[in-house]
Amino acid sequence: MADLRVADRVEAAFTAEPGEVLAVIGPNGAGKSSLLHAVAGLVDVDGSARLGDADLLTLPVRERRVGLVFQGQLLFPHLSALDNVAFGLRARGEPRAAAEAVARDWLERFGIAELAARKPRELSGGQAQRVAIARALATEPDVLLLDEPFTGLDVSVQMALRIELGRHLRDFPGIALLVTHDAIDALTLADRVLVLDDGQVVQVGRPADVAAEPRTSHVARLVGLNLVADGDELMAFTPDAVVVSLHEPEGSTRLRWHGPIATLAPHGDAVRLLVHASPDLLADLTPAAATELELAPGREVWLSAKATAVSRYAARR
Amino acid sequence: MRDRLGRPPALLVVPAAVATLLLVVPLVAMVASTDWQALPGHLTSQTAVDALRISLLTSTVAIAICLLLGLPLAWLLARVHFRGRGAVRALVTVPLVLPPVVAGVALRSAFGRTGVIGEPLLELTGFAFPFTTYGVVLAHVFVSMPFVVISIEGAFRSADPRFDEAAATLGATRWTTFRRVTVPLALPGVVAGTVLGWARSFGEFGATITFNGNYPGTTQTMPTLIYVTRQSDQDAALSLSLVMLLVSIGVLVALRDRWLGTP
Repeated sequence: MADLRVADRVEAAFTAEPGEVLAVIGPNGAGKSSLLHAVAGLVDVDGSARLGDADLLTLPVRERRVGLVFQGQLLFPHLSALDNVAFGLRARGEPRAAAEAVARDWLERFGIAELAARKPRELSGGQAQRVAIARALATEPDVLLLDEPFTGLDVSVQMALRIELGRHLRDFPGIALLVTHDAIDALTLADRVLVLDDGQVVQVGRPADVAAEPRTSHVARLVGLNLVADGDELMAFTPDAVVVSLHEPEGSTRLRWHGPIATLAPHGDAVRLLVHASPDLLADLTPAAATELELAPGREVWLSAKATAVSRYAARR
Repeated sequence: MRDRLGRPPALLVVPAAVATLLLVVPLVAMVASTDWQALPGHLTSQTAVDALRISLLTSTVAIAICLLLGLPLAWLLARVHFRGRGAVRALVTVPLVLPPVVAGVALRSAFGRTGVIGEPLLELTGFAFPFTTYGVVLAHVFVSMPFVVISIEGAFRSADPRFDEAAATLGATRWTTFRRVTVPLALPGVVAGTVLGWARSFGEFGATITFNGNYPGTTQTMPTLIYVTRQSDQDAALSLSLVMLLVSIGVLVALRDRWLGTP
């Protein structure tokens, strides 16, 4: 149970159970990293973060038993992969041999035992990230904090590492907080998702629920949904439910918008338009239809959606 | 190599060439006027051997003391926010710009036989720094410490402090972090600072002669020997200077090849 405030950055109250993976998503500057650093103790923070009988926020960093996987890894460049992973255990007083045995075991679990003697600069991005995660896990922390663990990696490496991390997270008995800007991380790795926007918690829920009924345009964009505010309600609908026409649609539907095409790009088998209506909307149509309508960036179009294809829900719970 | 942006203007090239000549010509002239036949004799005289021994000994002891005390100070200045940090840094820097002879006078005021610390020290222990080899070490520490502290502080500052944070999240105390992370990461800078400090100490003249006089076998170092020899035997002074020049070049080469990584 945490309730914490970092001045000018983030104000968040949330709970998480041991064994649970809580994804933290939100746009840049929403306060995701600040939240992690507050739990780790690296920024000044007000409030409390209860873990068992202790308030984490009153403890010095090194006594918090958190494992932080930094953005950009921050592996100690002068130490080998093995010494990096053994660092936490040795710092906590384990004898060298014992610490190295545990570290070797962790490298093995990540399938990189043969890289034990390498320095961080001799590792690929994916290998370095594995070492960084192993280093955080080796101290058996109560809370594992992952700050954008896949950023900067090749897409194929991301996929492999995501699957691997999922396995380790399932085995991890503590609380895991995973900061990410990628919907797929939240959907595949998390038990619950916490959405931050402008330093505030705007939504907490199971990944599927958050993906189906997003409350922020950021999350809607991440999961590929259009999101339109309508009074106290939000309306979410998929881009392929949008009908594109060059003239104002007939009929009485209120669900219609008007604006110039901003971009137009292939998206799977379809062509996806981003239209500067109010708000910005995505629309998918067949390549044939796009050609027939002679669509191009800058062209004014009308968009409409059938009420039956739109999911409506309260803007605030 | 052709310069893509055009030929460098004479307005800049000419002063640059003059500057280079100004720095190189005296050294070349010194080497050229050395009496090579008499050189071995000059360098093996008892006073020269003593002076070289004292210079090497005092510089090395002084730099060890500078490291022992200066490394912690540099770390505090680089990593710990405390009241008066700016003032401490400014005070540490003062000896850097202070004329060495003034440093000698200041040392007299503190550690001289009637000095603020020197007088009670003499009464208590019967020991006084001036005119002893210990005094030479003290003078060297005083002039070299700022070099060591300032350059190592710079090295600590350029080492990413987030590595310290990473160490802390892994459970390391600040002492462990200092030992296993901060110093190893800043090691090239630490070594460079140490070598620079040693060179400064090896060449120290003003503070040493003011505080300790110039007694062969106890306080006479290479620079102070060169100074007195110059008045009687110009050729011998040249030979001794050549030794100092070689040591200086040696320091530069050591710094370049091992630590600075310049091509």
